[in-house]
Amino acid sequence: MSVVADVIESTVAILKGMKRTLSEIPRHNWTVQYPDEPVTVQPRYRGQHLLHVDEAGKEKCVACYLCAAACPSDCIYIEAEDDARPYAERVGRDERYAKVYNIDYGRCIFCGFCVEACPKDAITHGYNFELSVYNRADLLKTKDDLLITKQVQSKNYRVALSSEDVDSEFKKIRTKGGEKTDR
Amino acid sequence: MATAVENFAGQPEVLDGALESQMTLSMGPQHPSTHGVLRLDLRLDGELVIKAIPDIGYLHTGMEKLFEYKKYQQGIVITDRMDYLNPLGNNLAYVMAAEKLLGLEIPERAQVIRVLMCELQRIASHMVWFGTSCLDMGAMTPFWFTFKEREKILNLIEAASGGRMTPSYFRIGGLMMDLPAGFDNRVRQFLDDFPDALNTFDTLITGNTIWHSRTKGVGIISKEDAIDWGLTGPSLRGSGVDLDLRKATPYSGYETYDFEVPVETDGDVWSRFKVRMHELTESYKIVRQALERLKPGPIKADAPKIVLPDRDDMRKHMDSLIHHFLIVAEGFNVPEGEVYHAIEASKGELGVYMKSNGGPKPERVHFRGPSFINLSALPVMAEGEMIADVVAIIGSLDIVLGEIDR
Ligand code: SF4
Ligand code: SF4
Repeated sequence: MSVVADVIESTVAILKGMKRTLSEIPRHNWTVQYPDEPVTVQPRYRGQHLLHVDEAGKEKCVACYLCAAACPSDCIYIEAEDDARPYAERVGRDERYAKVYNIDYGRCIFCGFCVEACPKDAITHGYNFELSVYNRADLLKTKDDLLITKQVQSKNYRVALSSEDVDSEFKKIRTKGGEKTDR
Repeated sequence: MATAVENFAGQPEVLDGALESQMTLSMGPQHPSTHGVLRLDLRLDGELVIKAIPDIGYLHTGMEKLFEYKKYQQGIVITDRMDYLNPLGNNLAYVMAAEKLLGLEIPERAQVIRVLMCELQRIASHMVWFGTSCLDMGAMTPFWFTFKEREKILNLIEAASGGRMTPSYFRIGGLMMDLPAGFDNRVRQFLDDFPDALNTFDTLITGNTIWHSRTKGVGIISKEDAIDWGLTGPSLRGSGVDLDLRKATPYSGYETYDFEVPVETDGDVWSRFKVRMHELTESYKIVRQALERLKPGPIKADAPKIVLPDRDDMRKHMDSLIHHFLIVAEGFNVPEGEVYHAIEASKGELGVYMKSNGGPKPERVHFRGPSFINLSALPVMAEGEMIADVVAIIGSLDIVLGEIDR
């Protein structure tokens, strides 16, 4: 008799569960059809870095090496150079700039310590997370890849923006396509 | 029943009465139910487990050694990667140990945010445990429900810290930054939906007779054994020991929160399951209370030589800028000494032993990981059980191999 009872009880349990599962069908979908649909990232999301420039397009970085010192995985390589020319002709905003600025994305752990360390707001995290490459050497990104003026933003993410969500202590950039995606 | 004992070289010696059916089975390291790369050396008599020997080390990363080469502040990022389901708990244990050495006073708001985030993280961690342990036993559906809840929490953590699995949100002396505007409303929204999710879990699993028959009376560990083997956390409380470090040695103001410590007495998989499910409700209560206490205030300790200055300050004032430079470039010196600080992580007692020789880098950092010690008690629970129950027992211990193989 107990076998019969077991079978009945188990069937009831399965049906109950099935009911709950099926009731999920008309509800809001949580999965995202990436890469056909963009993924939503939060405003503070730590993606690939951006090296910033000022209004006149001069690089903000003064090659102070603080980001390199703060980096827990030692993946920032900088070569500094003095540039005594007048502001209009200079590369950087100040008289010193980073001739070479490399980040090795094979090592970077996206911790944000470099951003926290930079006294000039010259480096921030962008939102790009699509960093896979076919060749490991390509993970070494140079200034050419990192400068905000040179980066091409991917269509595969959008930043969650909503009136109460916007908050930025040292993230001044905003990408386009900001719709209210707060779920 | 035939019994086997280990000889010194680790080879099985079958004692008299050996059955021909006795065999050794390697479960893992690539096995869908071992939660990472755990290998279990099982000696079987038919389907009966005579001996179970966990074999670990496949994920060894040398993290503890790495701390010795990093400045104190930089060590935080390493802790994220140990118990990767409970990174904020790891952050908390580590920064609190350093704060103990430095004698820092953490402002009220930072404390509340720490509690809030850690409890959210505990829910997220329990969600993974719940989903995967059901998955191990063949119940696939709960997994999707739990990961939906976890996704919501990870979004919140991402909103606050910028990282999902590796937040590194806490800093020695406070927090990385304050919560984003509107964060409390988002947490409230999550909390409002959460009881509905708990109901779903009850419908799917907790009240399910199939689940009861898979878990009740399986993998029993007695109260005495649980204490002897050093079990902590929900695994210990499932055996009837009322020990929760949030109550026993309160930290971060836990003594002022109103919550219960669930205890079950049977010591089987079902008891551990019930304890964890009950803990979800308790964490939910704590998060609610923490939200009420969120008052504006400083989020960093008043220690200009240790804590990075406010960014606006740093841009405007020379002395702040100098402090900023010194802290980032050289770190800060921590007075000589050694401390042990333990917190109640989602899996049990997470202790940090930290030794300083007065310099900017620790001399030694050791972690007492709850998964590691809980796993060592697996043989006690698994021996004498059927092989199909071994996965249930592993699931009920809630282990994370990233933290076992430090
Ligand atoms: S995010 Fe972290 S690991 Fe990456 S470059 Fe910055 S400091 Fe280094
Ligand atoms: S990015 Fe910032 S911290 Fe790094 S070298 Fe340039 S100015 Fe200094």
